[in-house]
Amino acid sequence: MAKITYIEHDGASHEVDVQDGLTVMEGAIRNMVPGIDADCGGACACATCHVYVDPAWADKTGERSSMEESMLDFASDVEDTSRLSCQIKVTAELDGLVVRLPEEQG
Amino acid sequence: MSGTVIIGGGQAALSAAAELRKRKYDQPITILAGEAAAPYQRPPLSKTYLAGELPVDRLWLKPAEWYDKADVDLRTGVRVTAIDRSAANVITETGERIAYDRLILATGGEARRLPVPGAELTGVHVLRTLSETEDLSASFQTAKSIAIIGAGYIGLEVAASARKRGMAVTVLEAAERPMCRTASPLLGGWFGAIHRGYGVDLRVNAPVKAILGEGDAVTGVELADGERVEADTVLVAAGLTVNDHLARAAGLACEDGVLVDETARTEDERIYAIGDVARFHSKRYDRSIRLESVQNAIDQGKAAAQAICGMDVDYDPVPWFWSDQYEMKLQITGLIEGADTMVRRGDPEEGKFALFHLKGGRIVACEAVNSGPEYMAAQRMIAQGATPDPDRLRDPGVAMRDFLS
Repeated sequence: MAKITYIEHDGASHEVDVQDGLTVMEGAIRNMVPGIDADCGGACACATCHVYVDPAWADKTGERSSMEESMLDFASDVEDTSRLSCQIKVTAELDGLVVRLPEEQG
Repeated sequence: MSGTVIIGGGQAALSAAAELRKRKYDQPITILAGEAAAPYQRPPLSKTYLAGELPVDRLWLKPAEWYDKADVDLRTGVRVTAIDRSAANVITETGERIAYDRLILATGGEARRLPVPGAELTGVHVLRTLSETEDLSASFQTAKSIAIIGAGYIGLEVAASARKRGMAVTVLEAAERPMCRTASPLLGGWFGAIHRGYGVDLRVNAPVKAILGEGDAVTGVELADGERVEADTVLVAAGLTVNDHLARAAGLACEDGVLVDETARTEDERIYAIGDVARFHSKRYDRSIRLESVQNAIDQGKAAAQAICGMDVDYDPVPWFWSDQYEMKLQITGLIEGADTMVRRGDPEEGKFALFHLKGGRIVACEAVNSGPEYMAAQRMIAQGATPDPDRLRDPGVAMRDFLS
């Protein structure tokens, strides 16, 4: 279980508990956090679950896979901290994780 | 109490309901879902779910409490038998009449069954719904072999999932190559070779004459040429039969799908159709199309919702699809039919390549295997109506980013 804070583009903050084994994307969907579309359901096929990972957490959330990298390469408003949240697996290690959401997905 | 009634409980229905609420639609929304399950993701059924890698609770599109919170009345296991347009009612199999102000048909389709002897034997499966997948999955507990009839996406994805579980897999395709309805010959042939490499006995030009059984249990399949293939379980993966009969019976124009305009509206201004069941004119491809995809379910569902909310809508999508088989991620964007030129980038031997399809110089589609940048750039180029130089497209030294203006 990890407590994850999702901060919407307008600043609205959602702190929720997400069980191990789910992804950060699923944590948002299950807790009705707006701002993550996840059209493909987590198959790394669409780039609509884009988040910015707080730099302090970059080590623990790991590196982008090459497929993720290339999907992100063409998403809007990508920064160094950008990740596809369907590709970040939740573990107890991520307790306290903070991610920010972009203004729009895609 | 009428508001919007949605017939069907798949991804399109959910998308429309969610978009209506997002756009501040303040009337009642009722989803009449034929299946017992709440709206769920279909794509993983033939992939990770069947392979045993994804539990059922990760399939739901929304958590159970969302429906209350969004004030969407989800009624599962409800079969609608008729639409009474003059009274603006739908009629369920129990005779209940439900009034609508706006009606959205999101009735999708059903897995096609084969008109051959033996098709009703125990152990003959189809895969479209969650419960059908659970039946197939249960048979996997004891079955050591499977014969799959049809080498489209579902057939091949199940083949990959069954191989992961160590089963002997035979795939029987009536046409001359796999994925012949949706993919280019090169891609279809390449996927066929991949499956053979993973130990699938894939046969093309192999139409099935009968499904064989002992008592009421399936034992195999007989091909048109008389050859017999033994199997403990059989999957018929022969595409989808569109569920447009409610609309037909209500007098709405249908032609392999319910005909709708660019706002997803039928000829009846109160009735919309979305997702797999809807057929519409694509301005981009200048022809009538009906798409069976998550992209279309989501985006046409949104289009109908926005139209109901009085917004300007002009739905003319760049379609996209994906398929996961073994370690291969296939992503397709656009529609290939009608293209006159194919440009290959990358080497199929290396398991990483893209095929661009052009028509009159304009890029109209891209099939990408393990090639995210090619896929993403192509999607944007198609939307822009770009005319990329084929020689540069072919050259892996030119970054895909450079094609975007």
